[in-house]
Amino acid sequence: MKKNICNLVTIGLAAVALAGARAQEIRIENTIKIVGMTKPIPVALDGFTGEAAEVLKFDLYVQGFSFVTPEAAQFLIHGSGAGSVSGSVTDKVSRRVMLSSSYNGASLRRQAHAFANDIVQTIQNKPGIGLTKIAFKSQPSGFGGGEIYVADFDGYGAQAVTTDRAIAAKPAWVPHQLALYYTSYARNNPDIFYHSLSSGQRRVVAGYSGLNTSASVSPDGSKLAMVLSKSGSPNIWIANADGSNLKHLTTGIEDSSPCWSADGQWICFATKIAERRRLAKVSVAGGAVHTLNTAGVANPTEPDWSPDGKWIAFTSQMGDFSICVMPADGSLAPVVLVRGENPSWAPNSRTLVFNHETGHRQLLSVLDVFTKQYKDCTRTAGSNSQPAWAK
Amino acid sequence: MKMNQIVFPLTLALVATLAATGCKKGTPKLTQLPGQRVPVGGTGEQPNLDTKPFTPGDANPNPNGNPVPPADPGKTALADRDLFEGMIKDAEALKSYTVHFAFDSAVVKKGEESNVSAVAAALATTAANKLLIEGNCDERGTEEYNRALGERRADALREALVKAGVSADRIRTISYGKDKPVDPGHDEAAWSKNRRGDFILLLPKAGV
Repeated sequence: MKKNICNLVTIGLAAVALAGARAQEIRIENTIKIVGMTKPIPVALDGFTGEAAEVLKFDLYVQGFSFVTPEAAQFLIHGSGAGSVSGSVTDKVSRRVMLSSSYNGASLRRQAHAFANDIVQTIQNKPGIGLTKIAFKSQPSGFGGGEIYVADFDGYGAQAVTTDRAIAAKPAWVPHQLALYYTSYARNNPDIFYHSLSSGQRRVVAGYSGLNTSASVSPDGSKLAMVLSKSGSPNIWIANADGSNLKHLTTGIEDSSPCWSADGQWICFATKIAERRRLAKVSVAGGAVHTLNTAGVANPTEPDWSPDGKWIAFTSQMGDFSICVMPADGSLAPVVLVRGENPSWAPNSRTLVFNHETGHRQLLSVLDVFTKQYKDCTRTAGSNSQPAWAK
Repeated sequence: MKMNQIVFPLTLALVATLAATGCKKGTPKLTQLPGQRVPVGGTGEQPNLDTKPFTPGDANPNPNGNPVPPADPGKTALADRDLFEGMIKDAEALKSYTVHFAFDSAVVKKGEESNVSAVAAALATTAANKLLIEGNCDERGTEEYNRALGERRADALREALVKAGVSADRIRTISYGKDKPVDPGHDEAAWSKNRRGDFILLLPKAGV
């Protein structure tokens, strides 16, 4: 493989110009993807060892790639992670070098994640998730007190956000900001806090009598949906991001787990209609509650709407918990993917983070919904659950 | 858009640089990554950071003071939390009246009504005492579903007590979902104990 590191000084500039040049090439999209049944893209990985190889394999696997011999591969990925990461991607049939990059600065891990992102962008024409973050709750004993954590999406570099030693739950990212909402019992009541991770400041935005939980932030960051019981039973309420302008949105008998549609116009939530647990959606302006078609699965809860608007992931409970995905427009029945609960979409609208129980401990995993490939990403002691992917 | 503003001058710079260095086609791009990670709460490298001014709470200095929208039919709005500020918890006084629930149900069973009556009677003796109802679930069911279910159990007991003559102003509810089991086991024997509403007597703070 030809390595042609000519002038490292030009790098940032070259990256921009090459991206511009690539945009003008003819690109044939392979868009036929079926949830749970799509074949992974076969690549051969060569020259990488240790941490760089581990990062590349993890990142690519959970974005729909598989690792095969050079003979069986569609793309050849060659390079080195010695000292710093550099590598190339070659289309095996045309012999065309599609990507050739070197990285410096930060850690070797971050360099490898950045290369994985460039591979995904080159082959799938979509931004990769290698440098994204997740938040989750971690409990030493599996119930009771715990803390909210933030980590890289593969579980590395976990850092505690809270130090309350109180029950904490359901972190939710503010889109495009380093800030979370979460539930904490720090004031001896389940209250919803806003917490800026860059300033370390936090504030209660919903501290009403009874239950304040399950915060979900609108895609533009301006509004909150949440579960409050101040009126006498748990229902879905919406408010401005600072908690003001509170509005009672639903009056169902068993409402829980609100999430926003990608266009910010709908709230999808779990409820009970005619004695059956269902997923439903309601306009943020209020009005009629529309039941979603979840034929074939029972007890749906915890919906999460993909950022591209196409999919709704949720948890079904049929004996065990399962992660399910269905088209948001209801055109196809849900597909049951793997055992687990609490799914949260990555910004790429194809990878989910979720938790699943093993030996009465909750572990985090990352799942590519199209190929159904998944890997555990728990690197923190205790029981880890309710992951939320930063978008 | 920001990207366009960056691309044009950079492209010009690239042309100049390429002319100066004579790099061949296929030069690998080198991506400079931002520095090492910093602790959460620090000010260093962060993707997509707080860009908008945000002052949660400022517009809402007293969250409990918001106007209450129309309540559900048949539901009594919850009493203000401030009414219970500083009260002393007595978890023993009403311990024997704990109410248990069927799986995934917030219905107070017929057989449990004597416990509700006993709690109402206990509250009737001392007007200054109040009540905290803790709603709990077994470990089956997802976490947030159970947090709502625990609240529905506490709310159902609260409605039953209001019907039995207790003023709604004297009752506070809290849901622990599946976070506060009395038996951490993983079988029906444990689950049936954990699906419950506990009554905590609240006494006026000392010296009042």
